Amino acid sequence: MDALLLSRIQFAANISFHILFPTITIALGWLLLWFRLRFNRTGDQAYMDAYFFWVKVFALSFAMGVVSGITMSFQFGTNWPGFMERVGNIAGPLLAYEVLTAFFLEAVFLGIMLFGSRRVSARVHTLATFLVAFGTTMSAFWIVVLNSWMHTPQGFEMREGVAHATDWMAIIFNPSMPYRVTHVLLASGLTVAFLVAGLSALRWLVGDRARGTMMALRTGLTLGAILIPLQILAGDMHGLNTLEHQPQKVAAMEANWETGPRVPLILFAIPDEEARENRYEIGVPGGASLILKHHLDGVVPGLDDFVAEDGTVLHPPVAPLFFAFRIMVGVGFAMLFVAWAGSWMIWRRGDINRPLAYVLVPMVLSGWVATLAGWYTTEIGRQPWLVSGVLKTGDAVAALPPSSVGITLAAYLLVYAALILAYLSVIIALALKASKTPHEAPPGINDPGVEPDPAMAVATGRG
Amino acid sequence: MADFDWALWLPYIFAALMGIAILVYVILDGFDLGIGILSPLADDTQKDRMVSAIGPFWDANETWLVLAVGLLLVAFPVAHGVILTTLYFPVAVLLIGLILRGVAFEFRAKVSLAAKPAWNRMFFAGSLMSALAQGYMLGSYVLGLDTGWPAVGFAALVAVCLAAAYAAIGAAWLIHKTEGALQVKAVAWLRASLGLVALGMAAISLATPLASARIWDRWLGFPETLVLAPLPILTLGLFLWLWRLSGKLPLEGDRMNLAPFAALAGIFALGFAGLAWSFYPYVVPGRITITEAASATESLAIILAGTMFVLPVITGYSIWAYRIFGGKAVDLRYD
Repeated sequence: MDALLLSRIQFAANISFHILFPTITIALGWLLLWFRLRFNRTGDQAYMDAYFFWVKVFALSFAMGVVSGITMSFQFGTNWPGFMERVGNIAGPLLAYEVLTAFFLEAVFLGIMLFGSRRVSARVHTLATFLVAFGTTMSAFWIVVLNSWMHTPQGFEMREGVAHATDWMAIIFNPSMPYRVTHVLLASGLTVAFLVAGLSALRWLVGDRARGTMMALRTGLTLGAILIPLQILAGDMHGLNTLEHQPQKVAAMEANWETGPRVPLILFAIPDEEARENRYEIGVPGGASLILKHHLDGVVPGLDDFVAEDGTVLHPPVAPLFFAFRIMVGVGFAMLFVAWAGSWMIWRRGDINRPLAYVLVPMVLSGWVATLAGWYTTEIGRQPWLVSGVLKTGDAVAALPPSSVGITLAAYLLVYAALILAYLSVIIALALKASKTPHEAPPGINDPGVEPDPAMAVATGRG
Repeated sequence: MADFDWALWLPYIFAALMGIAILVYVILDGFDLGIGILSPLADDTQKDRMVSAIGPFWDANETWLVLAVGLLLVAFPVAHGVILTTLYFPVAVLLIGLILRGVAFEFRAKVSLAAKPAWNRMFFAGSLMSALAQGYMLGSYVLGLDTGWPAVGFAALVAVCLAAAYAAIGAAWLIHKTEGALQVKAVAWLRASLGLVALGMAAISLATPLASARIWDRWLGFPETLVLAPLPILTLGLFLWLWRLSGKLPLEGDRMNLAPFAALAGIFALGFAGLAWSFYPYVVPGRITITEAASATESLAIILAGTMFVLPVITGYSIWAYRIFGGKAVDLRYD
């Protein structure tokens, strides 16, 4: 394999590993704030029990996100120097604003949020929780702004082969940004909804009916039920936006080779890139035209429009997009069904049943699967470009010996695989342990309005 | 200010900001990496206490590395590419080290007692890998990213000495944050590592002028020598004072418990100032200058606007966080 392919796999591995954890922390931060605020208002210990359990999951996820994020910031230089050389004038400030407005905010207040509840007042602790949640969201905002600009660049001019910013508002509010930011934030919300519901269902299965557990279960299901229709709507709008700006991506997602009206919605096929056609195709006649143009006679662009006269293929690879997109949509509809059925059950009966719990537990990871599938769809869909129409991926890669990239790639993959296993086993163990030893906070501590007393910081084991 | 030439000055302002970020990183993450390096020398209860002494801070400390690399990336993109592709393997070791120690930190507190020693070892190994990789990168950078065997040997020496320097400042932080038997141990660790720190600084001070005629002239020409003389003299003075003081620690009533940390931070700052003087105006020694590597003026300007507003705020709330978790470390708990 050549250094380009290896570097791409390495970047994909790094960002895939990284994205798993911010996807959790962004929305989990806001959920923790919700628990904290509900406790402040009601004084109901169930909320604080939920807070203290989920803050541990947050801390672990945050650490995984931070360390893999540091790796990302080095990857640009070690493997993709061409990226910063060509578009650094635009990518640089956006990344800088991410570090300045988001990373420091979350990193500093995280300490207070995690360990400060006895050292600061309830109000300051709530504020710290808010600032951490806000910081993670700002971080997502800036990085998705940059990513969106790479898909739909504007507000710049090329001088001597280097991009120079001409209009920062146009750069930040590029055409795909509002759709992508919304889609990503909702994805985070859904990931957390199913993580919370699934882990709480696991605790329910081992017989834990503590009020904190049931409250978290209900919160997760309800959150999922509210967010999933919004996500389907946002995804549809994002797709229409992509059709407008990156039609070749949509053509590949739908495995539609020829431009025309009444294009079928393909449910299953094996796209054959050599023959430029689908095998074993099963489709709904006119379905793609109906979804993409909201009209049966709508003309949908096909992949054959994106082949140069000399035969150079200018569209992304078809099979990965076709399948990744279907996995994302499939998981989305599974989420819709489970979240609505579960919400109906828990609001109606105040409890769930075993079949639902057995479905919820494996769905703990459904958000991760959908997020990664969606991410691959959009990123592979930009190929062969790194920045659409500006910089090809192959022109940005470092001239490293393939063996060097191969060695580091193997090391990263090994570490990441081990850490994902460790992460999953620890959060499951934490959940089971929490169910066995119900949390009893000493009276008085963390009551809203009670002033902190450093002397009360009792020495016990951490966690 | 009408005739202030931003295009000319912005690259230098950013070089200064990057320098500050690196120095702050080396001092702050230096102490928490150092505590990781020292951790195998402590018993299990002391390990927990050592981790508590850095628990609320390490994350923010590492953010300074992201800022420093970020500034290199955004302000000097060409240099960022040259430096990081040349140092490809040390960077990979650094990153894997940082990953292992960062997560070990969380895992060791959450796993069962049986699994804890494995994560403790990971915490140590990750901290040591990160420190060695940073030292190797420093040594390699000092000799102009040369890849010959003498340069590799020198970089390896700097790697060991930087790890010792981190251990020293980690021990100094423990002297400030702990008491009793652990504090006594920390004093011994500090004294044991100081020798290597001095060796490393001496090696760099000798190697740089010998390796580069330009740096030789910068330091040993006249009148530079006179103007610069306070730098090495002050460094030596701080070393001697720290050595004498640490022989008497802990003092009655725990006086001067922050002094070793302050002295080491001073030594780091002086060493850093020396390096800055040696390499100015280059970002990549002998190859690319600050001006040549800089991004476009309009891009630097928009980052500077944000930085000037945000940096004081960050500094302010960082100090506040350190005050909240001030005093002797107690075991951390979430509730």
